[in-house]
Amino acid sequence: MSARIAGFSALALAALALLAFVPRLGNAYYLALAISLLQYTVLATAWGMFSGPTRYVSLATTAFFGVGAYTVAVLGEILPWPLVLLTAAALGAIVAGIVGLSTLRLSGVYFVIFTFGLTELIRQLVVWFEVNKSRVLGRYVFVNITQADIYWQLLALTAAVFLLGWLIARSRLGFALRVIGEDETVAKHCGINTTFAKVALFTISATVMTLVGAIMAPRWTYIEPSIAFNSMISFQVLIMALLGGAHRLWGPVLGAVPLTLLFELLSARFPNTFTIILGCIFLLIVYMLPRGVAGLFEKLSTRTSGKTAQRVAA
Amino acid sequence: MTTFLTRRAALLAAATCAATIGLTAIAEAQTSIKIGYAISRTGPNTGGAAVTTIPNYELWVKEVNAAGGIKLGDKRVPIEVVQYDDRSNAEEAVRALERLINQDKVDFILPPWGTGLNLAVGPTLNREGYPHLAATAVTDRAPELAKRWPNSFWLLGTSADAAKSLVELLSKLRDEKKIGDTVAMVSIADGFGIDLSGAARPALTNAKFKLAYDKTYPIGTQDLAPIVNEIKALNPDVFIAFSYPPDTLALTEQSRIAGLNPKVFYTGVGTAFPLYKQKFGKNTEGVMGIGGWSGDSPAIKDYLARHKASAANGAEPDRWASAVTYASLQMLQQAIERVGKVDRAAVIKDLQTGTFDTVIGKVKLENNMPTRYWWVGQWQDGEFYGVAPAGNEGARKAIVPKPAWVAP
Repeated sequence: MSARIAGFSALALAALALLAFVPRLGNAYYLALAISLLQYTVLATAWGMFSGPTRYVSLATTAFFGVGAYTVAVLGEILPWPLVLLTAAALGAIVAGIVGLSTLRLSGVYFVIFTFGLTELIRQLVVWFEVNKSRVLGRYVFVNITQADIYWQLLALTAAVFLLGWLIARSRLGFALRVIGEDETVAKHCGINTTFAKVALFTISATVMTLVGAIMAPRWTYIEPSIAFNSMISFQVLIMALLGGAHRLWGPVLGAVPLTLLFELLSARFPNTFTIILGCIFLLIVYMLPRGVAGLFEKLSTRTSGKTAQRVAA
Repeated sequence: MTTFLTRRAALLAAATCAATIGLTAIAEAQTSIKIGYAISRTGPNTGGAAVTTIPNYELWVKEVNAAGGIKLGDKRVPIEVVQYDDRSNAEEAVRALERLINQDKVDFILPPWGTGLNLAVGPTLNREGYPHLAATAVTDRAPELAKRWPNSFWLLGTSADAAKSLVELLSKLRDEKKIGDTVAMVSIADGFGIDLSGAARPALTNAKFKLAYDKTYPIGTQDLAPIVNEIKALNPDVFIAFSYPPDTLALTEQSRIAGLNPKVFYTGVGTAFPLYKQKFGKNTEGVMGIGGWSGDSPAIKDYLARHKASAANGAEPDRWASAVTYASLQMLQQAIERVGKVDRAAVIKDLQTGTFDTVIGKVKLENNMPTRYWWVGQWQDGEFYGVAPAGNEGARKAIVPKPAWVAP
């Protein structure tokens, strides 16, 4: 087992080292695509970290992403960059903590609706504040951060998320969450502090999303609520995680990478029919792959091992 | 055999035509100028892009190619267009531009629609050294942006300027004893409304106007009747709304119903749209709004006719940013032709220093911005004429007081 872990980590490190050289290719388009891939990989993985084991479907990705982006818009020119990122992470964690404590007692469709509303709530709060207090809507982010910097930060965050996810899955917290996902009542009877477990993981996942928003913000120069709180992000992340399979740590990547590439291909080749094709693909994913690509792999592997077993028996 | 050849030639010509109209021809080195743009065909920016930007891009490409193309040295080369949908999304707009530059290797790029997206693509265009002719962005940081990105040109001015012109016009009207000094102002709680009201508030107070009403309403407000009724009760001399197209229409309609008919009736974005005239017909008479153009100038009249002939369903341009957008394309063409080759640095230099002959008259930029803008227009006899700043060539006298509303 430990040999396998060592092998995996060596492989992961090699991949990381290799990926770190992408900006050296010198093609801004591939760099932009790579940034996009990493962005959705981190977001979908962070989404899966909480929603996978607990089976709480969250549409709050945009809310946290936007909080991160707005923190940069407000503080980007005032504080040094590491402090800006720390502040963003802290803000994201605080918001997630408050939201988690007050809503994770909801379940099923109520939770979905609440998280969707949360994005709108935060967005309207920001608008209200900007209109009535600061009297500017639309802020400028002029910070000295290159596209390559954005890429490297995202890459580091990706590595951190996978490490974190792996550690959590092996910890008591991860086990508690899987029990909650199977049956919350049973989990309570087993003596698991379900509220603490859920809020803790919700906060971790939201902090990562907030950081992604903060890292991405310098790409746009200009930020206003409709740009930072674009609810499309929530839906895209959701569908990516579902396609990949949210019940595995590595599942969402299997959805994020092909879908980001597909979106890119579609918007380049079919700019005018993009949304129609996208809708059809979403339908197909939900109907054909209810457990995602990860689920498909598992099914295939059990089938092959099942066949071998039969053969051996015969 | 000859017929066969001509037929083949005709087929070839038709195919080329179809390709340019379909806007996705395949590259052939040095025989064309490749122009790329990403524009909002879906999402919240669609309306603005469809009225102001897309018809002008298409009209210009059609006209230039019909004339044989852009003149490079002593030969003319046709324009070839590559276009994408930015889905009204900043991230998508940036990526589409990076694709245009690195994958499609376009020679020039036309900007997206709206302030936010123009600001979002600014750094990319600056880094890659493409001229950026922002014809649909109004921002107070324009002078600073022009310094930061010397390749960017901010052709629609600043909101502070817009508010200043409006207040100057009102002061003049008050000096002529045409209006009193009570002003009611409403603004939309979004970028445009906040900027404009933020600039107008101190300007009005400094000019000793009484601001009897000053409120904002959220974007997407459906029922504006309470606002209009409250204002009517105050009986102001001047009504100012820094509004977006849907609420510009709603406020006008509501004012007509409630009989709010102050001496000066001013509404925001959308007043200059052809849709406004279609909807209110005779009732547009005397309504003021942001924008305007010299409706009497032969160049504008000719542009209006060509635009109507070219656009789908004979759509008319709006009377503010449309003509500026078209003028920006003429400027780009003239700069390229003067340079004589695809040398973007030289084209930027020419745009900064040259004088251009356009539908909005002679344009010479100073610090990457024009020196004259139309800030207040007024519907007079079915045309939206520029009335302020009064010093502009072709400025009409404002009709004050505004005539009473008539039953539709």
